[in-house]
Parts: sequence; structure tokens; C-alpha cells
Amino acid sequence: MTPALDRLRGGAPAKRHNARTIAALTANPGCTRRAVLDAAGIDKPKLAQHIGFPGNFGQSRFALARGNGFEAMLKADDCALLLSVLRDALGLDTPEVSYDDLGEDADDTLRARHGRTRKLLAAAAGAALIDHPLLTLDVAGRQVFLEPDLIAFQVEGRLHVVEIKSFAIVDGQADSAKVSAAAVQAAVYVLALRRLLAELGHDPSLVSHDAVLVCPRDFSLQPTAVLVDVRKQLSTLTRQLKRLASVSDVAEALPQSVSFDLSLPPADLIASLRHVEARYAPECLSACELAVHCRHEAAGTTAALGRPVRDALGGVDTVEEALALAAGARTPTEEQVEAAALLQAAARLRAEVLGS
Amino acid sequence: MSTLTALARAQARAEGRAQPIATVRHLHLHARPFVFIPYAMAGEANAPLAALAGTGPDDPRLLVVAQPRNRDDRFAFAAELAGLLLPYVDSFTAVAEAVAVDRGRDVRYRYVDAPQLWVPNTGGVDFIRLFGRSTRFRTTEGEYAVPAGVPLLGRWLTFFAGSAEVPGSSLLLNAVQALSSHWATGQSSAEDAQLAALMAWLRPPPGRSVLEAAAAAEDPAVTPPAGPATDPSFDNHVLAPLLSVAEPDVAELSEVLRAQLLPTWRLMWQALDLLGTLPPGARVASRWDGDRDAFSAFAQHVAEGGPPQPRRDGAVAAAARLSRLEAAATRYAVQRAFDDPLVMAEHRLAGAAFAAEVTLAKADRIDDSGKRPVLRPRIMVVTSEPVRVEPGAALTSPARPGQKATVVSVTRLDGTKTEVLLELSGGMGRKLVAEPGSVPEVGERILLTTLSEAYRPGGAFPEPDQTPWTHGGPPAPAALPE
Ligand code: SF4
Repeated sequence: MTPALDRLRGGAPAKRHNARTIAALTANPGCTRRAVLDAAGIDKPKLAQHIGFPGNFGQSRFALARGNGFEAMLKADDCALLLSVLRDALGLDTPEVSYDDLGEDADDTLRARHGRTRKLLAAAAGAALIDHPLLTLDVAGRQVFLEPDLIAFQVEGRLHVVEIKSFAIVDGQADSAKVSAAAVQAAVYVLALRRLLAELGHDPSLVSHDAVLVCPRDFSLQPTAVLVDVRKQLSTLTRQLKRLASVSDVAEALPQSVSFDLSLPPADLIASLRHVEARYAPECLSACELAVHCRHEAAGTTAALGRPVRDALGGVDTVEEALALAAGARTPTEEQVEAAALLQAAARLRAEVLGS
Repeated sequence: MSTLTALARAQARAEGRAQPIATVRHLHLHARPFVFIPYAMAGEANAPLAALAGTGPDDPRLLVVAQPRNRDDRFAFAAELAGLLLPYVDSFTAVAEAVAVDRGRDVRYRYVDAPQLWVPNTGGVDFIRLFGRSTRFRTTEGEYAVPAGVPLLGRWLTFFAGSAEVPGSSLLLNAVQALSSHWATGQSSAEDAQLAALMAWLRPPPGRSVLEAAAAAEDPAVTPPAGPATDPSFDNHVLAPLLSVAEPDVAELSEVLRAQLLPTWRLMWQALDLLGTLPPGARVASRWDGDRDAFSAFAQHVAEGGPPQPRRDGAVAAAARLSRLEAAATRYAVQRAFDDPLVMAEHRLAGAAFAAEVTLAKADRIDDSGKRPVLRPRIMVVTSEPVRVEPGAALTSPARPGQKATVVSVTRLDGTKTEVLLELSGGMGRKLVAEPGSVPEVGERILLTTLSEAYRPGGAFPEPDQTPWTHGGPPAPAALPE
């Protein structure tokens, strides 16, 4: 991490990334504000809370409990159940599969676990399951530790990332939003694993772009596994990480007064936010903790009404401007001529039909 | 999104109140609808937690699952729901009417009315579909017996969920979609998806501005969600402590869940009221006839002991269904435009329709170039709207849907006006003299469009036994040993 990014946090430690937060980076890739805050490791939920625009990103205990229960069931007895599902999905036919558990999450042992992960991966030849492996990924010049649920090896030496999720697959179909979220997370692991293999001098393409998603089947807790092609997610992710790498330039160009030190008064923080360009869209509401603030800031823009609305209004920036163009009360700029004609025709039609 | 709807959103935003995007109601509104608001248990695969259900605003029935992780309790919930829904559905199978089919050579029967379900949002529709799936294959006998009525409930829920996919069907409707296809708010569709936030724009509580009401609607502590997903903090702070014991206190559980569901219950009935303020579109009744047909056919299928719907359609059934859905979507889009000048305005903006004034009319023109003389009046119309039609194109006017107007010539008069010469056929009676009023008169303003209600035959699909095995047909006969 560059000093310019570090400075933005004040005294606070950088927020730890995980696959979920990295996956979230792809949600609004055009937003500089988000890129800067994420690259600097700012605690966005806390920031939002502090400036009076708390988001609604709570998670139900019941959902967590079920997720943990499902995972524990799969991993019981050296992953007996999981292995039987994976055998079917990946066509593993070796009777003997080694299983290595690299241990639980603890901050002080991260490096050690990563070291053992590297060793295991460098050595593994046969079919193996590696649990709690620790991978790393460079995010904006900072090394981030990642924990896939598991990595499965196939006999031919091709590696598959296994994602355990607790949403149900009913009759072969699942909630598409959940599947795509899982696919992006799996892509994060695939990418990290490929980079690690390349470092170890192996062919990165040994890591399959088909991740394995293990979910409960139908309405039971019986697991089922499906392969998910994450190629598209991989390229989006690679692009976004590259973009984040250049974010330190943006940070360096910011005035010295800009800071997201949470000990500052809210007004200062809001002023600082204004210095970093945002690109609010309604999709932010479910993807970024700062959404309520950014929406407030974007009030009156056509973008706040949603991308399709903005496009249908000819890409005009604000509601006021669009209405003025529609009413013929404003001279359109050269690029707006066509949009203005359409808006005027639309306004005439509405007035004619509604008799106003 | 059309520019007209986008403009309506912009106007709503600027004026601080919702704007109409329809002048008539495009759905059938039942006098006795069945309103259903399900809550599901977070994390579980569509496990019910509670629901409010009923057919009158003052009579919400609360269904609660005592212990959502307990299978028996879940099926008790299903049985209770069956006890409400099945009698409601059955109440429509008392009176049937005869309908002529095959040009009057035959008749079939359909019920004079059909049930109508309402849920708050598309999540509610998904809940119904999945709950139908999880109950319709159950058996009422043996080791895993479920209460009587549960499998039948599952089949009906599956029927309703299936009909919700048919554009223009009014058997299962969701309030968010119904409202937002008639009014535009000044927020995005992401916010509209919350029934309370949508209703804040349409009917803010007295004494509150739209923006205040919308803000309150987004705070789950003030406005509980419309489901099926619960508010996570309600789960963690209210529900979890109650469910942490082996036998939860059902009375207390009922009380907190009722409090979560009641605000949505009230909003649902307000939403229905609001939709009732719009007059129905002219073609709504004929679509409801189609719904009654579908209902009657399924009721008959059930009565005759037909099997539950399969887990998944076979390839041919799936293709046929897709083609039916496409046809329904096209028909619905055209019918909406014919019923509603504000919807037609979108087509005018896109150049698929134009309003024009009749400047010349020759109502008695006879074409005798063929074997028999035929009545082919011609009219000239002038419009200042963009005209994107070529000679030979067939146009229709919503005021005379049975009449075809073929474009003979298009002449641009000056920068703004266009003259179109049209030849009319059909919809003028059977004689060589047009029925009075059937040919537009000079001075009349008419609307002409390339949209057409004409019946377009769907694709033909092979019978299952004629289908190659790759598409779900029977396996190829095995080669006989030599
Ligand atoms: S909420 Fe704000 S910071 Fe977050 S992605 Fe959207 S515009 Fe960027």
C-alpha cells in the first residue's frame, strides 16, 4: 500500500479484505470513490454510520447458523460426505484421497498457514482436498489473505476451487443472484490460486475455470455439486484489480485535507467524500455500504432513477435539465439536440393524452 | 424503458408525487381476492415462518410455524393454508357456462368466475412456486405422511405460480408489479421493489410528504419488510430468543409476527383500492375469460385425478410453453396499447403509430378488378407525427380493430406534415355499401398503428412420442442382436 492511501485512514488499521469484499469490488467498477476507499482499507460501514447514513447490511443469525451447519456436516469425518459429492461432480475415481486441514482462522498464524498451503500445493500429485488453505492476492498494492472453503484436486492434476454455499438448488435451479455472487467469489480464489501456481513455477491454467459449487439439494440438507464456469467473472475481476492498482495515483492527487480518519467530525468526512468522485446507481444499494449517502448526494440526478431511466432520457444528467429540455425551456447543447427532440415529443404526447 | 415512462419518473421526482403511466387498469381486479403475505425462515430453503392470508381487509388470518426447523410444524402450516385456500378455490367451481368452440360445432364448459391471489412482490410469487414444489409430491400415507390437503395445495400453488408467468394473466398478481405498471414514482425500480416505499409515493400517510414517507418505508425498524425475507435484526433480536427454546411460546411468537406482517397487509388492501380507482381496459375482460379457461381446465384435471405437475417440463412441453408465453406477451403488449392511449403514445413516439386527421374519404369505392366486386373505400389522412411506414403496410385503428387499412402512398407535404393514402377492407358489413360509421369521415381524428391484434398461429410441436430422445422423447429402440 502506498503512503498516499495509508494516510487517508488516519491512525486506523486497514480493513481486512476477504473474497466477499473483493467480489464486491466488481459491483460498481466505474466508481472512483469506492476504489479509493477500498484500496485504502477504510471501514465503509463504520464511515457510513458515522456520517449519519447507516446502510442495511445485517445478516440473520439463522442464515449464518444454517450455513455453518451445512459446512460442518460436509466436512465431518475428514470430509466424507463432501468427497462423495465431489467424486460424482468431478469424476474422481481414486479410492484414496488425502485430506489436509490447515487449521482455523487466526490472525497470528496467517503467514504460517499460507506457507503450508504453498508447500502442499507445490507437492500435491494425487487427488487431495485441502481445507482452510490460505491464498493471497494483491489488491491495490496490498497483500490480502484469502480463505477458500476448500480446494479440491483432481486426479489429472487439475485444481478445482470448491465453494460451499447454503442456498438450495431445487430441481437443478437456484436463485440466480446468489449463484452469480458465489461465482464471483469463486473467481477470486481461482485467480489467487493461479497466481500462486505461476509463482511456484507451475502452469496457472492447471486451475480450472470451472469452480465447484456445493449446495443443499431441493428442500433437504443433502448436498449436491454443480460446476460453474467463472471465466467471465475472472476477466471482470482482473480488470478491476488492475484498475485498483492505479488508484494510488488518484489518492496522491487528492488535497492534503482529504481524510477518512473516523475520529474526524462527520462534516469533515462528508467534505472529504465530495473530493472523490462517485458514480451512484441504484445497484449500489445492495452492493456498497456507502449507498445511502451517495444516493442522498445524487438526489436530482437521472442516474439516481436508474440506468435505464437515464438512458431513456437521452443521457441528460439531471432531472431538472431533462424536464427543461422536454418543456423546450432550455436550449440543448449540440449532443443534446436529438435527446431534446425526443423528450419534447414525449412531453407533448403525455400532455395530449392526459389532457394537461 | 420508454422515454415516456422515464419522463414520467422525472416529473414524479420534480413534483414529489407519482405520475400515471396508464389511463386504464390493465388487469382484472377481483371482488373477492385472496391476499397472501408469506414470511420465510432466513437461510432455509423456502421454509415458511408465518403468513397473513384472507379475502377481506378486516379478516387477516395469521398462520405461524411453531418451530420452523421442525418438519411436522411446517406441514401443519401447509395444512392450515390448505384449509384457507382450497375452500376459496373450490368456491369458484359451482357455476359453469357453456362456450361454443370449433365455430359452434361443439361446446365446452368454463366456470363463471375464478380465484385471484395477491402477494406483495415477486418474492411472494417465488415463495408460492417453491412451496408448491415442496408440497405437491408429498403423500398422505405411510411413514412420511403429510396432512390431507397438503399435496392438493401444492398442485394449486404450482398452478398459480405457472399462470403468473403468463403476461396478462390475473390469477396470481403481485402488488409491486401491478402498481408500477400503472404509475411511475420519482425513485428507481430498486426502491419501488419495496411495497412500502412504492406506496409512499402513491399514497403517503396523512401529514407526511412523499420523501418522508419513502424514508420511513426504508427503515425496517419502522416499516417491517413485505417478505418473504425477514428483517435480519428482527431475526436476531426478537425471533432468535423466542425460538431458542425447544417449545417456543406460540402466543408470543404469533404476536410479534402479526406485528411484522400487519403493516404490509394494510398496504396490500390500499394497493387494491388504488388500482380500483382506474377503469378497466376494454380487453381486460377477454383476458380474464382466458384465465377462467385455464382455471376450469386445471380444476377439471385435478377432479379427474390427473397427476401433479412434473418437476421440470420435458423438452417439447418446455418449447411449447415458451412459445405460448411469447404469444401471450405479444398479445398483451398490443392489447395494452389498443386499450390505453397513454401506452399507445409510446408506440407513437417510437414511430409504430401516428395520430392523423381524415382529409378525404371515398366510402363507396368499389374495386371490381377481381372476379367479384368488393368494397374498398379509400381515405386520405394528414399527420404532423413521424410516419415510418411504407406503401403496402397494413395498419389498424384501435377504434375499428376489425378493419385493415393498407397504405397506398406516403407523401411528405412540407417539413412537418405527411399525407397518407389508405385503402380500407373489413369491418364494414357484408354489403357493397359500408355500414354507417364504419368508414372514418372527413375531419375525424384517428389513430393508425402497425400493431395488430390479428391471430398469429404459434409453432407446431411434435408429440412426445415423435420427439428424438435427445429432446426428451422415447429412447431409440435398441438394435436387435444379429
Ligand atoms: S455507493 Fe457510492 S461509493 Fe459505493 S459504489 Fe456506489 S457511488 Fe461508489
